[in-house]
Amino acid sequence: MNKIRELLDGHIVDYIESDMTTITVDKSKLKKVLSILKEDIDLKFTQLVDLCAVDYVEYGDSEWQTKEATSTGYNRGIRPSSHSRIDFSNETNEDEYDLCVTYHLLSITQNQRIRVKCFLDDDSLVIPSVTDLFASADWYEREAYDLFGVLFEGHNDLRRILTDYGFIGHPFRKKFPLVGNTQVRYDPEQRKVVNEPVDIEPRTLVPKVIRKK
Amino acid sequence: MSDYKNFTMNFGPQHPAAHGVLRLILEMDGEVIRSADPHIGLLHRATEKLAESKPYNQNIGYMDRLDYVSMMCNEHAYVLAIEDMMKLDIPERSKYIRVMFDEITRILNHLLWLGAHALDIGAMSVFLYAFREREDLMDCYEAVSGTRMHATYYRPGGVAKDLPNIMPKYMLNKNQNLDQVEKLNYNREGSLLDFIDSFIDRFPKNVDEYENLLTDNRIWKQRTVGIGVVSPDRAIDLGFTGPMLRGSGVQWDLRKKEPYEVYKNLEFDIPVGTEGDSYDRYLVRMQEMRESAKIIKQCCDWLKNDNGDFISSNNKIAPPDRDAMKENMESLIHHFKLFSEGYCLPVGETYKCVEAPKGEFGIYMISDGANKPYRLKIRAPGFPHLASLDEMAKGHMLSDVVTIIGTQDIVFGEIDR
Repeated sequence: MNKIRELLDGHIVDYIESDMTTITVDKSKLKKVLSILKEDIDLKFTQLVDLCAVDYVEYGDSEWQTKEATSTGYNRGIRPSSHSRIDFSNETNEDEYDLCVTYHLLSITQNQRIRVKCFLDDDSLVIPSVTDLFASADWYEREAYDLFGVLFEGHNDLRRILTDYGFIGHPFRKKFPLVGNTQVRYDPEQRKVVNEPVDIEPRTLVPKVIRKK
Repeated sequence: MSDYKNFTMNFGPQHPAAHGVLRLILEMDGEVIRSADPHIGLLHRATEKLAESKPYNQNIGYMDRLDYVSMMCNEHAYVLAIEDMMKLDIPERSKYIRVMFDEITRILNHLLWLGAHALDIGAMSVFLYAFREREDLMDCYEAVSGTRMHATYYRPGGVAKDLPNIMPKYMLNKNQNLDQVEKLNYNREGSLLDFIDSFIDRFPKNVDEYENLLTDNRIWKQRTVGIGVVSPDRAIDLGFTGPMLRGSGVQWDLRKKEPYEVYKNLEFDIPVGTEGDSYDRYLVRMQEMRESAKIIKQCCDWLKNDNGDFISSNNKIAPPDRDAMKENMESLIHHFKLFSEGYCLPVGETYKCVEAPKGEFGIYMISDGANKPYRLKIRAPGFPHLASLDEMAKGHMLSDVVTIIGTQDIVFGEIDR
């Protein structure tokens, strides 16, 4: 794996060996790095196994007070998270996000895997598409666009893929409520399917707890 | 020629050959496909988002419902990811049990695939035969987990219960007389392992039966040979895994290449195709069933001579046993914490994959140190397969689309997630 460090010297921001080699690259170097990994004769990371987006905006936020208890023992809940916001007056800002796109590559000849992470740290949601390097990126990028709103520049068919026709919003962002915003039902009077605000109650069954050893 | 023009046809989502809820927009030139645009997401349940709001153990059940014909393999990838994050070593017995059930699952999946694929392109009887064998394997699921499909049997640290010493039997009922019931129970006198043993003894002959019906069948060959050909390089580029990749002649199987659990101790072969067409993929899957039977046999023999633990004794992750819980305070606390708050994983991320019957089923998990996954990405094998439908179907006839959907072994639970 020293070979990777040598080859990519100057192109990568971060290099970690965890469960697999994980490199972080800047958006401007992304395609360069991926094409080196794919084309190099000793590496041959020819298969894009997976591509996904991650929203880091609530990373490390706990919902439950673990260090100190209140005088009554309850309530130790710190804040309602967007996943389970307590009521709808509790507005969350769906425009808040901190996105990252992760690529998992596989080299069949070397039996090696590598993870490439690319953060969208400026305010732009645009990232270069890798469909010209890996054919499998096509639907994966459509999925990341649909669920997270990442815009892949150079993808020639960036449509929604998993959500309903006419869906609004990017549901896998952390600030998008788990119960959603709208629900559909058939209205017998209008004789058509109508969209209306959700009326199911959001709830937290188990709060998110972070215990530091 | 100006009289002719291409027309667009809607296929599904309520078409029996659409294997669930696939909607295709086909651009046709007469009977020939010019382009196919699959519309998916009709079964989208946001499993990944739901998982982010639940403690780790409560998500195991969601995994069964992804690829709902290879339930335990999905669970396997998920528990492997948790164990990898925790650096948890599990008892040898549970590894063998998991491998055995992975292979039972593979046979279950391939039998359903075979039956449905054959039914789609005109052979009725294979479907009935395949379901006869599936019934016995479903009983194995039921014997260990209590349910026939959505087992939730694998747990971080091992499996939920040990293998039962008694195989459940059919009871006398108003539809069957004593003779018939006894006939049904002939191999259910012993333990579950004895039952599996007797199944494996007869199963290769059953595969011969299916092959008799199909392999040299003229109609079957006319419908599958040369349909949906994918070259090895293209298969890799398109993200193919599992039998789809091996059918194109690429020797790639995670059980050999990245052996997890006890696969390195077991003897089995990896069948590969040569042409990369639907017929080769059929042959590969048929052979895989025979290889799976070999693996199950080896696991069975090992398990019969072993009395080890079936789940880790680390009570921070695996629940203490009921007796201990009732007698000892510490176990009671462990039990309470485990089933209310759950456990926290260390900060980090991991990607773990297993060779599921359809290909590489992977779990990419990010933890921020909480009792719930921060992000759980499910890498479903069927997703890139279906993405290539356009390429595979182009230039073929309308009826071949059905063959191609069949040969891809599409299940919407995993594709839509």
